[in-house]
Amino acid sequence: MEIQNPKSKIQNGEPLLRLAGASIRFGGLTAVCEVDLSVAEGELVGLIGPNGAGKTTLFNLVTGVYQPTSGTAAFAGRPLAGLRPHRIAALGIARTFQNIRLFASLSVLDHVRVACNLHRATSPAQTLVRLAAFRADEAAILRRAEELLEMFNLLRFRDQPARSLPYGDQRRLEIVRALATRPRLLLLDEPAAGMNPAEKLALCALIRQIHTQFGLTILLVEHSMKVVMGLCQRVAVLDHGIKIAEGSPAEIQNDPKVIEAYLGENHQASLTHH
Amino acid sequence: MKSLVKKSETLLSVESKIKNPKSKIPGAHVALFAALLMAGGVAFFAGRIDPYHLDVLTNIGINVILAVSLNLVNGHTGQFSLGHAGFMSVGAYLSAAVTLHFVPKLFGEDGGGTLATGALFLAALLTGGLASALAGLLVGIPSLRLRGDYLAIVTLGFGQIIVVMFQNLEPLGGALGLNGIPPYTTVFWVLAFAALTVFTIGCLVRSTYGRGFLAVRDDEVAAAAIGLDTTRYKIVAFVVGAFFAGIAGGLYAHFRLTITPGGFDFTKSIEIVVMVILGGMGNTLGVILAAVLLTLLPEVLRPVAEYRMILYSFLLIMLMLVRPQGLFNFKPGKAKP
Ligand SMILES: Nc1ncnc2c1ncn2[C@@H]1O[C@H](COP(=O)(O)OP(=O)(O)OP(=O)(O)O)[C@@H](O)[C@H]1O
Ligand SMILES: [Mg+2]
Repeated sequence: MEIQNPKSKIQNGEPLLRLAGASIRFGGLTAVCEVDLSVAEGELVGLIGPNGAGKTTLFNLVTGVYQPTSGTAAFAGRPLAGLRPHRIAALGIARTFQNIRLFASLSVLDHVRVACNLHRATSPAQTLVRLAAFRADEAAILRRAEELLEMFNLLRFRDQPARSLPYGDQRRLEIVRALATRPRLLLLDEPAAGMNPAEKLALCALIRQIHTQFGLTILLVEHSMKVVMGLCQRVAVLDHGIKIAEGSPAEIQNDPKVIEAYLGENHQASLTHH
Repeated sequence: MKSLVKKSETLLSVESKIKNPKSKIPGAHVALFAALLMAGGVAFFAGRIDPYHLDVLTNIGINVILAVSLNLVNGHTGQFSLGHAGFMSVGAYLSAAVTLHFVPKLFGEDGGGTLATGALFLAALLTGGLASALAGLLVGIPSLRLRGDYLAIVTLGFGQIIVVMFQNLEPLGGALGLNGIPPYTTVFWVLAFAALTVFTIGCLVRSTYGRGFLAVRDDEVAAAAIGLDTTRYKIVAFVVGAFFAGIAGGLYAHFRLTITPGGFDFTKSIEIVVMVILGGMGNTLGVILAAVLLTLLPEVLRPVAEYRMILYSFLLIMLMLVRPQGLFNFKPGKAKP
């Protein structure tokens, strides 16, 4: 089954995602301050930081919800400046949201189906004529959507309104919806938030699975240290919009600057326990 | 993973085959054909139907076209347009101008045969619809980029401007309007176009593409994040809605035979909005029923003429208080007051 975006690999070591001196200011507040960050194709990188550090804002910058006040973002060597969110999604960047954003009036199946629009074979005008090609396309999309749901054990909810699902399943449906766009880069914004320990464990396995099986590059924002340290090859730390550290999970855990940032926010608990 | 997918594939292909039997003709087209046949049937027996009832039926048909097309914009796509009567007037005036201009030239005194007048009428209706769609594009492109409330204000303004424009356009009759429009609208045309409207919008919404309208309504940020061009969706809905409003206007003009700018003012737009809200935003069947009900209500209330508007308004308020999710909306969790 073809899931990965068929676009060509990048040449000569250009990272898949590259932020250079990227800043976002909201009036007097600098939410993201001159951040340099590179993510190579196939990496699973963690992004951590205390509340209000600017992690979600950085995702919004990459996905075109906000334009950087200064600095640049590039995807596969292509500058993202000025591109609207749907264009960036078409390039191969998909995301989930910290506050779940499912469609209130769509069924579970339709969530995945609607995300398949990006790679549909027939034009919208054909919805009226409904020739064989159109029906074949719709059938293929339906099959693909059902396969994806089956893979994530969500097919049993097929025709239910998405908002009626248990919380953890809603989070997983957001991931499935993102995968249906065939991304190369997946941005996960606190996917484990609100989950119990058992669900968190299952989620870790799931993220590891999509990382390897879909050949995806993943940037993961997460408060739960256990999740980040267990999954990520590399971790970047934001504090007050500034990237204060970057390295392997072990390096990060012992970095005095990181410990201080979390101490300052009274977040030591999240570094040690959880 | 491979085996898992394989297994699910065989399982699913059986299931989806049951759900989509491979028939040659799509179900929607069968339904449209049946509806057109029915329109033809009604028209065939029109001679035996009480003319008053026929008029009511025509009014119902026109209102169904208006309400179902506005439902695409206000219901499915979640934009609040208050200018539907404006688009209706564009269609009414343009189609009337076409027939008034061409009938004497083409048919002279004898009025032309059924086929010739039918063809001219169809061309006039389409001209009106396309002009209205163009107006929709011109109004929609600048205003749909902005957030929600702007559209309500812009379409409100558009409705007013178009009325004033027609009032001052002497070639189109000015404030007196146009009269002597040929009576081309028959119950067949109205029912056929009502069926076509329901079909087109139904097909549009019930497709992978069309789920995007609902996604845009529910959450624009999430819709954009999965690659849907939200502005484009809104414009498509707006232009398609305007097209059918224009068609309805053309049918109305050739039914009433006299049109004045005042007939397409703000209150007419509100009337259509009420049908959509009452039917339960985005629920096509509900909106059709609401259009029928709200066309019949004033007729039923005719005996109490003086109190008609008061009663009408009172009923509306009561309905909205008792069933804020729409009178005919039975889906739970879809309450959209
Ligand atoms: N649209 C906005 N307008 C003004 N300020 C904003 C906006 N979005 C975010 N901010 C501010 O930017 C800062 C960073 O917010 P952001 O949501 O990116 O933090 P975060 O790291 O995701 O935090 P959390 O862990 O709580 O999700 C916060 O101070 C926030 O109040
Ligand atoms: Mg956040």
